Amino acid sequence: MIGTRIKRLSPAELPSAAEALRAAGGRVQFAYAWSQAGKEPEVRYVSSLPSQIEFEMWVVAGYRELPSLAPLLPLLGWYEREMMDLYGITFTGHPEPYPLILRSGDSTHVNGNGPGGMTPTNGRPHLPDIDATEVQLLPFGPIRADVLESAEFTFLYVGEHIIHYQPRLFFKHRGMETCFEQSHPKCGVIIAERVSAVGSVAHSLAYCEALERAAGCDVPTRARALRVLLAELERLYNHLHYLGHLCHTTTLKVGEAQGTLLEETAKQLNARLTGSRFLRGVLTPGGLRRDLDPGKWLGNALESLREEFAAYADRLEASESHIDRLITTGLLPEKVAFDQGASGPIERASGLDRDLRRDHPYASYADLPLAVATSQDGDAYARERVRVAEIEASFVLCQRILLLLEPGPICVPCEPAPMAEGLGWAEGPRGSVFYAVHIGADGVLARVKIKSPSFSNWRAFPITVHDTNMMDYAINEASFGLTMAGCDR
Amino acid sequence: MALWTLFGLTSGKATTTWPCADGRDGQDRVLGMPRYNPDVCRDGCAACANVCPTRAIEAREGGLAIDYGRCIVCQLCTEVCPTSAMEPSQDWAFGVRDRRDLVWSNSPTSQNRRPSSERKAFKRSLHIRHVDAGSCNGCESELQALNNPFYNLHRLGIFFTASPRFADLLLVTGPVTRAMHEPLKAAYDAMPEPRWVMAVGTCAVSGGLSGGNYACGTGLDGVLPVDVYLPGCPPNPAAIMEALLMFLERAPQRVRGGRIGG
Repeated sequence: MIGTRIKRLSPAELPSAAEALRAAGGRVQFAYAWSQAGKEPEVRYVSSLPSQIEFEMWVVAGYRELPSLAPLLPLLGWYEREMMDLYGITFTGHPEPYPLILRSGDSTHVNGNGPGGMTPTNGRPHLPDIDATEVQLLPFGPIRADVLESAEFTFLYVGEHIIHYQPRLFFKHRGMETCFEQSHPKCGVIIAERVSAVGSVAHSLAYCEALERAAGCDVPTRARALRVLLAELERLYNHLHYLGHLCHTTTLKVGEAQGTLLEETAKQLNARLTGSRFLRGVLTPGGLRRDLDPGKWLGNALESLREEFAAYADRLEASESHIDRLITTGLLPEKVAFDQGASGPIERASGLDRDLRRDHPYASYADLPLAVATSQDGDAYARERVRVAEIEASFVLCQRILLLLEPGPICVPCEPAPMAEGLGWAEGPRGSVFYAVHIGADGVLARVKIKSPSFSNWRAFPITVHDTNMMDYAINEASFGLTMAGCDR
Repeated sequence: MALWTLFGLTSGKATTTWPCADGRDGQDRVLGMPRYNPDVCRDGCAACANVCPTRAIEAREGGLAIDYGRCIVCQLCTEVCPTSAMEPSQDWAFGVRDRRDLVWSNSPTSQNRRPSSERKAFKRSLHIRHVDAGSCNGCESELQALNNPFYNLHRLGIFFTASPRFADLLLVTGPVTRAMHEPLKAAYDAMPEPRWVMAVGTCAVSGGLSGGNYACGTGLDGVLPVDVYLPGCPPNPAAIMEALLMFLERAPQRVRGGRIGG
């Protein structure tokens, strides 16, 4: 696959490859299966090694039974379960061999009152057996209070103390990956924009990058620069929303109002620039669908937004009641973050210094000064501070782009050959997004694999909840800034 | 704490006065549904229909058949149209009571003045239970925005409530995934009469991109009785407010026969 170094492995060689990767400090980014028409499925693992710009891809072709690597590399657990559910591949020795996603033919009757009294199997909570009367069980969801996405959480608790927590996700599984199949590559970007609305740019950018690598086309400089501008504007409104929502959970009412107001200002700027509050409808494989004219107004508007934000961040920093609730809440140790595959601001707040924009540059990030914020603390406060620092860095990047933007072409033809394949990536507001794209013999999309940041971070999150208390739960969840749509797809 | 109180007091009002006169709706340059100009549409050209990812447009003899209930506002049709018969517009206030009003028609014959007496009591105070039945989070993002200081939905007497038992209106987003089908019906069943349903976003209206695949239904039709349809991808906060006010008969329905003012 273009964009990667390929290694063909047999199932028997997988465990030693995984050992070697771990010893070298590398990490698997994601894994997926695909099958060419009429052929046995192929399983692919994409990994990265420190100090190597290219990704490495292991290909295991022609086997329906593979050894599970989840005992060695826990972050692979969900990827393997997804392949078991959707591609009928068996992973032997899997530590959690239960279905993750609702499969076709499964019952949809949650309360077991459907035909045959069946309950759905999707991520059925496999709760620990607890034989103590004082332990209470609280199932919460999938429809929760407030305007929130659907997911079900089960708490086992005594008084205020949470003993065990199990999220049950994939209520929102829409089969987005199959929506791409048989689509024209140009139309695929419309689908990629609608996988996770608040990651529209990151998803469509990773998708376009994958196709451009498959087609071997060079995106014009102006388009690459404007793509960075869009990606950073996306980070801005997401992180501002994050701060507003975090204040909501610490009951800092004016802080919540101000955070969401700044988010609204950013979204209105998005609309003024692109016609879409979610920055949709601009990216296309090969460049941009139309030129954008940021003029002078955008720079000025961003500068006044930055000033308001700086004052807001100072005020948050001076609010003890807010910060007291964050410090030591939802502790995610560095090792757990690494092993479970935490991504984006979450891993950076736990001491892992990774950022696709710097480590595997795309668009025009290689030419831009980028300060990657990290923290060693791994608590909710560290996650807030990392995001605050990222907002500051985004403002700098946007102004830099606006300063250096030169007129020029914005699109080149991008027509990947039949049977071409490509890998694309982007560092979204919530972490790393990967797209693996396979073109069929007829020139249309044969398989598109989406790796979204929330899929990674949802795996790490429950570990920070066990053995904590109920009062901190909402704050902890908000401090992760997770989405369901991206995770469930 | 005093710091925030002082800041709040000195910041003044951030809330728009819209929809009252002279208020800003906050949607400057937001693109809405593409506008159809049949006069310049070329016979035999089906460029827009071929490119439409949700089959909202069908090329027929003598013109196009357009279902705005299927439109995801991707603007591809406006880009391929050689004559600007499909033209970008800012027509986003697309809430309707009758699904047929979302289908483009030259001679709209909408007669949807329903008796509204049972709704009268709710005119100045409406409680909404939101259910996400598999959205991309775009609709949720805009619904959450309704409570930010700019839109401040409370000022119109419209509130989101935690329990379906306190709700008058069930506001549903998403194409209704298989896993959300039962919880959605359970939420509806838990609501007291009289109760109403609003489909927000193109997914809830007609299924959207993933509608009808192995994991998804095709929106609310056939699942629950729908009283208000609001397509859009996602509908912006002002569009949601307009549709809610339209439902409460505090604002007129703007779209008939797929056209604003039609």
